[in-house]
Amino acid sequence: MVAALLRRYGDFDLAEDCTQDALLAAVRVWLSSGIPQRPGAWLTTAARRRALDRLRRRQGLQAKLAQSPPAVVEGGDDRLRLMFTCCHPALSREAQLALTLRTVAGFTTRQIASAFLISEATVAQRIVRAKRQIVDAGIPYRMPAPADLDRRLDEVLAVLYLMFNEGYLSSSWEVPHDRDLAEDAAWLAELAVRVLPRQAEAMGLLALFQLQLARVRGRFSDTGTLIRLAEQDRSLWDAAAITSAVELLDRAAHLRQPGPYQLQAAIAACHAEAPSWEATDWPLILRLYDRLLDLQPSPVIRLNRAVALWLVAGAVAALAEVERLAAGLGQYHLLHSTRGELQRELGLEAEAQASFQRALDLTLNPAERSHLRARMASA
Amino acid sequence: MKYALLFNSEGGESPDEAEVAAAVMSEVDQWWGKYSQAGAILGGERLQPASRATTVRFGGQSPTIVDGPFAETKEAIGGFAIVEVPDLDAALEMVKTWPASSSVEIRPIWED
Repeated sequence: MVAALLRRYGDFDLAEDCTQDALLAAVRVWLSSGIPQRPGAWLTTAARRRALDRLRRRQGLQAKLAQSPPAVVEGGDDRLRLMFTCCHPALSREAQLALTLRTVAGFTTRQIASAFLISEATVAQRIVRAKRQIVDAGIPYRMPAPADLDRRLDEVLAVLYLMFNEGYLSSSWEVPHDRDLAEDAAWLAELAVRVLPRQAEAMGLLALFQLQLARVRGRFSDTGTLIRLAEQDRSLWDAAAITSAVELLDRAAHLRQPGPYQLQAAIAACHAEAPSWEATDWPLILRLYDRLLDLQPSPVIRLNRAVALWLVAGAVAALAEVERLAAGLGQYHLLHSTRGELQRELGLEAEAQASFQRALDLTLNPAERSHLRARMASA
Repeated sequence: MKYALLFNSEGGESPDEAEVAAAVMSEVDQWWGKYSQAGAILGGERLQPASRATTVRFGGQSPTIVDGPFAETKEAIGGFAIVEVPDLDAALEMVKTWPASSSVEIRPIWED
Protein backbone atom coordinates (compact mmCIF):
# COMPACT_ATOMS: atom_id res chain seq x y z
CA MET A 1 0.00 0.00 0.00
CA VAL A 2 2.89 2.34 0.75
CA ALA A 3 4.24 1.76 -2.75
CA ALA A 4 0.82 2.41 -4.31
CA LEU A 5 0.56 5.75 -2.63
CA LEU A 6 4.17 6.50 -3.36
CA ARG A 7 3.60 6.01 -7.09
CA ARG A 8 0.58 8.23 -6.96
CA TYR A 9 2.00 11.08 -4.92
CA GLY A 10 5.75 10.58 -5.12
CA ASP A 11 6.49 11.39 -1.51
CA PHE A 12 7.81 8.65 0.71
CA ASP A 13 7.29 10.24 4.11
CA LEU A 14 3.81 11.23 3.19
CA ALA A 15 2.90 7.79 1.90
CA GLU A 16 4.22 6.09 5.00
CA ASP A 17 2.55 8.50 7.38
CA CYS A 18 -0.79 8.24 5.67
CA THR A 19 -0.71 4.45 5.66
CA GLN A 20 -0.01 4.56 9.37
CA ASP A 21 -2.88 6.97 9.84
CA ALA A 22 -5.20 4.78 7.80
CA LEU A 23 -4.29 1.71 9.83
CA LEU A 24 -4.96 3.54 13.06
CA ALA A 25 -8.26 4.81 11.73
CA ALA A 26 -9.11 1.30 10.57
CA VAL A 27 -8.57 -0.12 14.02
CA ARG A 28 -10.85 2.53 15.53
CA VAL A 29 -13.60 2.19 12.90
CA TRP A 30 -13.50 -1.59 12.66
CA LEU A 31 -13.65 -1.96 16.42
CA SER A 32 -16.89 -0.02 16.58
CA SER A 33 -18.61 -0.97 13.32
CA GLY A 34 -17.07 -4.29 12.35
CA ILE A 35 -14.55 -5.29 9.67
CA PRO A 36 -15.62 -4.16 6.15
CA GLN A 37 -16.13 -6.61 3.33
CA ARG A 38 -12.96 -5.62 1.48
CA PRO A 39 -10.58 -4.41 4.19
CA GLY A 40 -7.66 -3.87 1.75
CA ALA A 41 -9.67 -1.52 -0.47
CA TRP A 42 -11.02 0.28 2.60
CA LEU A 43 -7.48 0.89 3.81
CA THR A 44 -6.19 2.15 0.46
CA THR A 45 -9.11 4.53 0.11
CA ALA A 46 -8.66 5.79 3.64
CA ALA A 47 -4.93 6.27 3.12
CA ARG A 48 -5.43 8.07 -0.20
CA ARG A 49 -7.98 10.38 1.34
CA ARG A 50 -5.52 11.23 4.11
CA ALA A 51 -2.72 11.81 1.61
CA LEU A 52 -4.91 14.21 -0.33
CA ASP A 53 -5.85 16.02 2.86
CA ARG A 54 -2.24 16.48 3.80
CA LEU A 55 -1.16 17.50 0.33
CA ARG A 56 -3.83 20.15 0.29
CA ARG A 57 -2.71 21.45 3.65
CA ARG A 58 0.91 21.42 2.54
CA GLN A 59 0.11 23.22 -0.70
CA GLY A 60 -1.63 25.87 1.36
CA LEU A 61 1.55 26.27 3.36
CA GLN A 62 3.72 26.34 0.27
CA ALA A 63 1.54 28.94 -1.36
CA LYS A 64 1.99 31.05 1.74
CA LEU A 65 5.72 30.43 1.75
CA ALA A 66 5.84 31.52 -1.87
CA GLN A 67 4.19 34.79 -0.85
CA SER A 68 6.68 35.25 1.98
CA PRO A 69 9.73 37.40 1.25
CA PRO A 70 12.43 36.17 -1.11
CA ALA A 71 15.88 35.45 0.37
CA VAL A 72 17.50 38.58 -0.97
CA VAL A 73 15.64 41.54 -2.36
CA GLU A 74 16.82 44.51 -4.34
CA GLY A 75 16.25 48.07 -3.35
CA GLY A 76 16.29 49.85 0.01
CA ASP A 77 12.62 49.79 0.84
CA ASP A 78 12.27 46.07 0.31
CA ARG A 79 15.21 45.30 2.50
CA LEU A 80 13.98 47.51 5.29
CA ARG A 81 10.52 45.98 5.06
CA LEU A 82 12.16 42.60 5.27
CA MET A 83 14.11 43.75 8.30
CA PHE A 84 10.87 44.77 10.02
CA THR A 85 9.46 41.31 9.31
CA CYS A 86 12.59 39.56 10.58
CA CYS A 87 12.62 41.74 13.71
CA HIS A 88 8.94 41.36 14.51
CA PRO A 89 8.36 41.35 18.28
CA ALA A 90 6.55 38.01 17.95
CA LEU A 91 9.98 36.42 17.30
CA SER A 92 12.61 35.84 19.97
CA ARG A 93 15.68 38.09 19.86
CA GLU A 94 17.85 35.13 18.83
CA ALA A 95 15.49 34.29 16.00
CA GLN A 96 15.35 37.94 14.92
CA LEU A 97 19.13 38.12 14.78
CA ALA A 98 19.64 34.85 12.90
CA LEU A 99 16.88 35.64 10.44
CA THR A 100 18.13 39.17 9.78
CA LEU A 101 21.64 37.90 9.11
CA ARG A 102 20.43 35.12 6.85
CA THR A 103 17.64 36.84 4.98
CA VAL A 104 18.54 40.52 4.93
CA ALA A 105 22.32 40.50 5.07
CA GLY A 106 22.68 37.28 3.07
CA PHE A 107 25.00 35.45 5.49
CA THR A 108 25.24 31.71 5.08
CA THR A 109 24.27 29.45 7.96
CA ARG A 110 27.94 28.58 8.34
CA GLN A 111 28.97 32.22 8.58
CA ILE A 112 26.35 32.90 11.25
CA ALA A 113 27.44 29.82 13.18
CA SER A 114 31.08 30.90 13.13
CA ALA A 115 30.27 34.47 14.15
CA PHE A 116 28.29 33.38 17.20
CA LEU A 117 30.29 30.28 18.05
CA ILE A 118 27.30 27.99 17.83
CA SER A 119 26.76 24.93 15.69
CA GLU A 120 25.49 25.20 12.15
CA ALA A 121 22.67 22.82 13.01
CA THR A 122 21.49 25.17 15.77
CA VAL A 123 21.51 28.14 13.40
CA ALA A 124 19.71 26.21 10.68
CA GLN A 125 17.05 25.03 13.10
CA ARG A 126 16.60 28.53 14.51
CA ILE A 127 16.08 29.94 11.03
CA VAL A 128 13.68 27.22 9.93
CA ARG A 129 11.61 27.70 13.09
CA ALA A 130 11.57 31.46 12.67
CA LYS A 131 10.43 31.17 9.06
CA ARG A 132 7.69 28.77 10.05
CA GLN A 133 6.64 31.16 12.80
CA ILE A 134 6.40 33.96 10.26
CA VAL A 135 4.11 31.92 8.04
CA ASP A 136 2.10 30.18 10.76
CA ALA A 137 1.55 33.19 13.01
CA GLY A 138 0.79 35.46 10.07
CA ILE A 139 3.60 37.97 10.60
CA PRO A 140 3.19 40.44 7.73
CA TYR A 141 5.79 41.52 5.20
CA ARG A 142 5.33 45.27 5.18
CA MET A 143 6.32 48.45 6.96
CA PRO A 144 4.67 48.83 10.36
CA ALA A 145 1.76 51.21 10.79
CA PRO A 146 2.91 54.78 11.54
CA ALA A 147 1.62 54.49 15.12
CA ASP A 148 3.85 51.44 15.70
CA LEU A 149 6.88 52.64 13.77
CA ASP A 150 8.92 53.90 16.74
CA ARG A 151 8.51 50.76 18.79
CA ARG A 152 9.07 48.46 15.83
CA LEU A 153 12.15 50.41 14.78
CA ASP A 154 13.50 49.90 18.32
CA GLU A 155 13.44 46.16 17.66
CA VAL A 156 15.33 46.55 14.40
CA LEU A 157 17.91 48.85 16.00
CA ALA A 158 18.37 46.46 18.93
CA VAL A 159 19.16 43.63 16.50
CA LEU A 160 21.60 45.82 14.57
CA TYR A 161 23.25 46.87 17.84
CA LEU A 162 23.75 43.22 18.84
CA MET A 163 25.04 42.38 15.39
CA PHE A 164 27.53 45.24 15.49
CA ASN A 165 28.81 44.46 18.97
CA GLU A 166 29.29 40.82 18.13
CA GLY A 167 31.41 41.81 15.16
CA TYR A 168 33.22 44.66 16.85
CA LEU A 169 34.03 43.11 20.21
CA SER A 170 34.94 39.65 18.99
CA SER A 171 36.96 40.81 16.03
CA SER A 172 40.63 40.03 16.23
CA TRP A 173 43.36 39.18 13.80
CA GLU A 174 43.46 35.59 15.08
CA VAL A 175 39.88 34.84 14.14
CA PRO A 176 39.38 36.03 10.60
CA HIS A 177 35.69 36.13 9.75
CA ASP A 178 34.84 35.96 6.09
CA ARG A 179 32.07 38.44 6.68
CA ASP A 180 32.27 41.45 8.88
CA LEU A 181 29.22 41.67 11.13
CA ALA A 182 30.07 45.18 12.26
CA GLU A 183 30.38 46.59 8.74
CA ASP A 184 27.16 44.92 7.66
CA ALA A 185 25.30 46.25 10.70
CA ALA A 186 26.51 49.75 9.82
CA TRP A 187 25.37 49.27 6.24
CA LEU A 188 21.88 48.20 7.35
CA ALA A 189 21.69 51.11 9.79
CA GLU A 190 22.57 53.41 6.91
CA LEU A 191 19.73 51.91 4.93
CA ALA A 192 17.32 52.53 7.81
CA VAL A 193 18.45 56.15 8.04
CA ARG A 194 18.03 56.63 4.31
CA VAL A 195 14.49 55.27 4.29
CA LEU A 196 13.47 56.80 7.64
CA PRO A 197 15.36 60.10 7.65
CA ARG A 198 13.51 61.60 10.62
CA GLN A 199 14.28 58.89 13.15
CA ALA A 200 16.89 60.35 15.49
CA GLU A 201 17.76 57.08 17.23
CA ALA A 202 18.47 55.33 13.92
CA MET A 203 20.81 58.21 13.08
CA GLY A 204 22.36 57.97 16.54
CA LEU A 205 22.99 54.27 16.11
CA LEU A 206 24.55 54.79 12.68
CA ALA A 207 26.75 57.58 14.07
CA LEU A 208 27.81 55.27 16.91
CA PHE A 209 28.75 52.52 14.44
CA GLN A 210 30.65 54.95 12.25
CA LEU A 211 32.54 56.40 15.21
CA GLN A 212 33.60 52.91 16.33
CA LEU A 213 34.56 51.77 12.84
CA ALA A 214 36.52 54.98 12.26
CA ARG A 215 38.75 53.98 15.17
CA VAL A 216 39.19 50.30 14.33
CA ARG A 217 42.74 50.84 13.14
CA GLY A 218 44.52 51.53 16.36
CA ARG A 219 42.58 49.04 18.49
CA PHE A 220 45.01 46.20 17.88
CA SER A 221 48.77 45.96 17.83
CA ASP A 222 50.60 44.22 14.99
CA THR A 223 50.59 41.06 17.10
CA GLY A 224 46.85 41.23 17.73
CA THR A 225 46.92 42.56 21.28
CA LEU A 226 44.08 44.87 22.23
CA ILE A 227 45.41 48.37 22.81
CA ARG A 228 43.69 50.41 25.49
CA LEU A 229 42.09 53.64 24.38
CA ALA A 230 44.57 55.57 26.54
CA GLU A 231 47.50 54.16 24.57
CA GLN A 232 46.10 54.07 21.05
CA ASP A 233 47.84 55.95 18.26
CA ARG A 234 45.09 58.41 17.42
CA SER A 235 46.70 59.35 14.11
CA LEU A 236 45.55 55.96 12.81
CA TRP A 237 41.92 56.95 13.27
CA ASP A 238 39.90 57.99 10.23
CA ALA A 239 39.45 61.71 10.86
CA ALA A 240 37.12 62.27 7.89
CA ALA A 241 34.81 59.47 8.98
CA ILE A 242 34.76 60.89 12.52
CA THR A 243 33.83 64.33 11.23
CA SER A 244 30.95 63.02 9.13
CA ALA A 245 29.67 60.82 11.98
CA VAL A 246 29.68 63.81 14.33
CA GLU A 247 27.75 65.82 11.73
CA LEU A 248 25.19 63.03 11.51
CA LEU A 249 24.86 63.02 15.28
CA ASP A 250 24.37 66.74 15.17
CA ARG A 251 21.53 66.40 12.68
CA ALA A 252 19.97 63.74 14.92
CA ALA A 253 20.17 66.09 17.93
CA HIS A 254 18.24 68.70 15.99
CA LEU A 255 15.28 66.35 15.74
CA ARG A 256 14.93 66.60 19.52
CA GLN A 257 14.21 62.94 20.16
CA PRO A 258 16.94 62.05 22.65
CA GLY A 259 17.67 58.37 23.20
CA PRO A 260 20.28 55.88 24.37
CA TYR A 261 21.95 55.36 20.99
CA GLN A 262 22.49 59.08 20.50
CA LEU A 263 23.95 59.32 24.00
CA GLN A 264 26.30 56.40 23.36
CA ALA A 265 27.32 58.02 20.09
CA ALA A 266 27.90 61.30 21.89
CA ILE A 267 30.22 59.56 24.35
CA ALA A 268 32.04 57.87 21.44
CA ALA A 269 32.29 61.28 19.75
CA CYS A 270 33.92 62.80 22.87
CA HIS A 271 36.58 60.11 22.67
CA ALA A 272 36.94 60.29 18.92
CA GLU A 273 37.48 64.06 18.90
CA ALA A 274 39.78 64.22 21.90
CA PRO A 275 43.46 64.76 21.06
CA SER A 276 44.52 62.41 23.86
CA TRP A 277 43.22 60.34 26.78
CA GLU A 278 44.24 63.05 29.22
CA ALA A 279 42.77 65.88 27.17
CA THR A 280 39.39 64.15 26.90
CA ASP A 281 36.35 66.03 28.22
CA TRP A 282 35.74 63.58 31.09
CA PRO A 283 33.22 65.75 32.98
CA LEU A 284 31.06 65.85 29.83
CA ILE A 285 31.39 62.08 29.38
CA LEU A 286 30.35 61.59 32.99
CA ARG A 287 27.27 63.76 32.43
CA LEU A 288 26.39 61.81 29.28
CA TYR A 289 26.66 58.55 31.22
CA ASP A 290 24.35 59.97 33.88
CA ARG A 291 21.76 60.79 31.22
CA LEU A 292 22.21 57.35 29.68
CA LEU A 293 21.63 55.72 33.07
CA ASP A 294 18.43 57.72 33.48
CA LEU A 295 17.13 56.19 30.25
CA GLN A 296 18.70 52.78 30.57
CA PRO A 297 19.66 51.74 34.09
CA SER A 298 22.17 48.95 33.54
CA PRO A 299 25.15 47.73 35.57
CA VAL A 300 27.34 47.54 32.45
CA ILE A 301 26.72 51.22 31.75
CA ARG A 302 27.47 52.01 35.39
CA LEU A 303 30.77 50.17 35.00
CA ASN A 304 31.67 52.27 31.96
CA ARG A 305 30.64 55.35 33.88
CA ALA A 306 33.00 54.32 36.68
CA VAL A 307 35.92 54.83 34.30
CA ALA A 308 34.79 58.40 33.64
CA LEU A 309 34.32 58.84 37.38
CA TRP A 310 37.93 57.73 37.87
CA LEU A 311 39.17 60.52 35.61
CA VAL A 312 36.87 63.11 37.15
CA ALA A 313 36.76 62.18 40.84
CA GLY A 314 39.74 59.86 41.31
CA ALA A 315 40.44 56.15 41.76
CA VAL A 316 39.06 55.86 45.29
CA ALA A 317 35.57 56.94 44.29
CA ALA A 318 35.69 54.84 41.12
CA LEU A 319 36.85 51.70 42.95
CA ALA A 320 34.06 52.13 45.50
CA GLU A 321 31.57 52.26 42.61
CA VAL A 322 33.09 49.19 40.96
CA GLU A 323 32.89 47.28 44.26
CA ARG A 324 29.19 48.13 44.46
CA LEU A 325 28.72 46.55 41.01
CA ALA A 326 30.75 43.43 41.80
CA ALA A 327 27.79 41.43 43.09
CA GLY A 328 25.81 41.79 39.87
CA LEU A 329 28.68 41.68 37.38
CA GLY A 330 30.85 39.03 39.06
CA GLN A 331 31.04 36.99 35.86
CA TYR A 332 31.91 39.92 33.60
CA HIS A 333 35.63 40.06 32.81
CA LEU A 334 35.66 43.83 32.27
CA LEU A 335 34.51 44.41 35.85
CA HIS A 336 37.61 42.59 37.08
CA SER A 337 40.03 44.21 34.66
CA THR A 338 38.68 47.68 35.57
CA ARG A 339 38.93 46.83 39.24
CA GLY A 340 42.52 45.66 38.65
CA GLU A 341 43.49 48.94 37.00
CA LEU A 342 42.00 50.93 39.88
CA GLN A 343 43.66 48.77 42.53
CA ARG A 344 46.99 49.14 40.75
CA GLU A 345 46.69 52.92 40.72
CA LEU A 346 45.96 52.84 44.45
CA GLY A 347 49.06 50.72 45.07
CA LEU A 348 47.12 47.54 45.87
CA GLU A 349 49.28 45.40 43.57
CA ALA A 350 48.46 41.97 45.01
CA GLU A 351 44.74 42.69 44.72
CA ALA A 352 45.25 44.02 41.21
CA GLN A 353 47.02 40.81 40.13
CA ALA A 354 44.15 38.73 41.51
CA SER A 355 41.62 40.87 39.65
CA PHE A 356 43.49 40.58 36.33
CA GLN A 357 43.72 36.82 36.84
CA ARG A 358 39.98 36.65 37.47
CA ALA A 359 39.35 38.64 34.29
CA LEU A 360 41.63 36.28 32.38
CA ASP A 361 39.64 33.29 33.65
CA LEU A 362 36.42 34.83 32.38
CA THR A 363 37.27 35.67 28.76
CA LEU A 364 38.19 33.54 25.76
CA ASN A 365 38.82 36.46 23.42
CA PRO A 366 42.48 36.10 22.36
CA ALA A 367 43.08 39.85 22.00
CA GLU A 368 41.70 40.55 25.45
CA ARG A 369 43.62 37.67 27.00
CA SER A 370 46.85 38.84 25.52
CA HIS A 371 46.15 42.37 26.78
CA LEU A 372 45.43 41.09 30.29
CA ARG A 373 48.63 39.05 30.37
CA ALA A 374 50.57 42.13 29.37
CA ARG A 375 48.93 44.12 32.18
CA MET A 376 49.84 41.45 34.72
CA ALA A 377 53.45 41.42 33.58
CA SER A 378 53.82 45.21 33.61
CA ALA A 379 53.50 45.46 37.40
CA MET B 1 -5.50 34.45 9.05
CA LYS B 2 -7.75 33.15 11.78
CA TYR B 3 -6.72 33.57 15.38
CA ALA B 4 -8.14 32.66 18.74
CA LEU B 5 -7.84 35.51 21.20
CA LEU B 6 -7.65 34.06 24.70
CA PHE B 7 -8.49 36.67 27.31
CA ASN B 8 -6.77 35.95 30.59
CA SER B 9 -7.66 37.42 33.90
CA GLU B 10 -5.60 37.40 37.05
CA GLY B 11 -6.40 35.69 40.30
CA GLY B 12 -7.06 32.33 38.69
CA GLU B 13 -10.71 33.23 38.44
CA SER B 14 -12.49 34.80 35.60
CA PRO B 15 -14.53 37.50 37.29
CA ASP B 16 -18.22 37.09 37.92
CA GLU B 17 -20.56 39.19 35.84
CA ALA B 18 -21.46 41.22 38.91
CA GLU B 19 -17.83 41.91 39.80
CA VAL B 20 -16.96 43.48 36.51
CA ALA B 21 -17.48 47.18 36.79
CA ALA B 22 -20.25 48.50 34.60
CA ALA B 23 -17.87 50.96 32.98
CA VAL B 24 -15.52 48.20 31.91
CA MET B 25 -18.41 46.09 30.65
CA SER B 26 -19.62 48.91 28.45
CA GLU B 27 -16.11 49.41 27.06
CA VAL B 28 -15.92 45.68 26.34
CA ASP B 29 -19.28 45.81 24.61
CA GLN B 30 -18.14 48.73 22.51
CA TRP B 31 -14.94 46.97 21.53
CA TRP B 32 -16.79 43.79 20.67
CA GLY B 33 -19.41 45.66 18.68
CA LYS B 34 -16.82 47.60 16.72
CA TYR B 35 -14.86 44.55 15.59
CA SER B 36 -17.95 42.42 15.03
CA GLN B 37 -19.35 45.06 12.73
CA ALA B 38 -16.03 45.28 10.90
CA GLY B 39 -16.33 41.54 10.31
CA ALA B 40 -13.18 40.70 12.25
CA ILE B 41 -14.86 38.78 15.08
CA LEU B 42 -16.37 35.50 13.93
CA GLY B 43 -17.50 34.45 17.38
CA GLY B 44 -16.55 34.21 21.00
CA GLU B 45 -17.85 33.88 24.52
CA ARG B 46 -17.30 34.97 28.09
CA LEU B 47 -16.52 32.06 30.35
CA GLN B 48 -17.83 31.47 33.86
CA PRO B 49 -15.18 31.30 36.60
CA ALA B 50 -12.62 28.53 36.31
CA SER B 51 -13.75 27.23 39.71
CA ARG B 52 -16.93 26.06 38.01
CA ALA B 53 -15.00 23.93 35.55
CA THR B 54 -15.01 20.16 35.45
CA THR B 55 -11.90 18.48 34.13
CA VAL B 56 -11.64 15.00 32.68
CA ARG B 57 -8.16 13.58 32.92
CA PHE B 58 -6.90 10.78 30.71
CA GLY B 59 -3.86 8.64 31.10
CA GLY B 60 -4.95 6.17 33.74
CA GLN B 61 -6.96 3.06 33.06
CA SER B 62 -10.15 5.03 32.80
CA PRO B 63 -10.78 8.76 32.57
CA THR B 64 -11.03 10.50 35.95
CA ILE B 65 -13.34 13.38 36.58
CA VAL B 66 -11.96 16.22 38.67
CA ASP B 67 -13.71 19.31 39.88
CA GLY B 68 -12.04 22.59 39.07
CA PRO B 69 -9.75 23.76 36.26
CA PHE B 70 -6.98 21.75 34.60
CA ALA B 71 -4.30 23.66 36.43
CA GLU B 72 -4.41 26.18 39.25
CA THR B 73 -2.63 29.16 37.77
CA LYS B 74 -2.36 32.85 38.50
CA GLU B 75 -4.11 33.66 35.26
CA ALA B 76 -7.08 31.85 33.77
CA ILE B 77 -8.92 32.18 30.51
CA GLY B 78 -11.96 34.32 31.10
CA GLY B 79 -13.18 34.36 27.55
CA PHE B 80 -12.21 33.90 23.94
CA ALA B 81 -12.86 35.29 20.50
CA ILE B 82 -12.30 33.77 17.09
CA VAL B 83 -11.16 36.47 14.70
CA GLU B 84 -10.28 36.64 11.04
CA VAL B 85 -7.86 39.43 10.07
CA PRO B 86 -5.20 39.88 7.36
CA ASP B 87 -2.19 39.22 9.58
CA LEU B 88 -0.68 39.23 13.06
CA ASP B 89 -0.22 43.00 13.09
CA ALA B 90 -3.94 43.48 12.51
CA ALA B 91 -4.67 41.12 15.40
CA LEU B 92 -2.18 43.00 17.59
CA GLU B 93 -3.84 46.28 16.64
CA MET B 94 -7.20 44.96 17.85
CA VAL B 95 -5.86 43.45 21.02
CA LYS B 96 -3.96 46.58 22.07
CA THR B 97 -7.23 48.40 22.61
CA TRP B 98 -8.93 45.58 24.51
CA PRO B 99 -10.20 47.25 27.69
CA ALA B 100 -10.29 44.37 30.21
CA SER B 101 -8.11 41.33 31.14
CA SER B 102 -4.55 41.17 32.42
CA SER B 103 -3.26 39.59 29.21
CA VAL B 104 -4.46 38.34 25.88
CA GLU B 105 -2.93 35.39 24.05
CA ILE B 106 -3.13 35.43 20.25
CA ARG B 107 -3.08 31.91 18.86
CA PRO B 108 -3.11 31.18 15.13
CA ILE B 109 -5.73 28.63 14.16
CA TRP B 110 -4.86 25.72 11.88
CA GLU B 111 -6.37 26.31 8.50
CA ASP B 112 -6.41 23.92 5.56
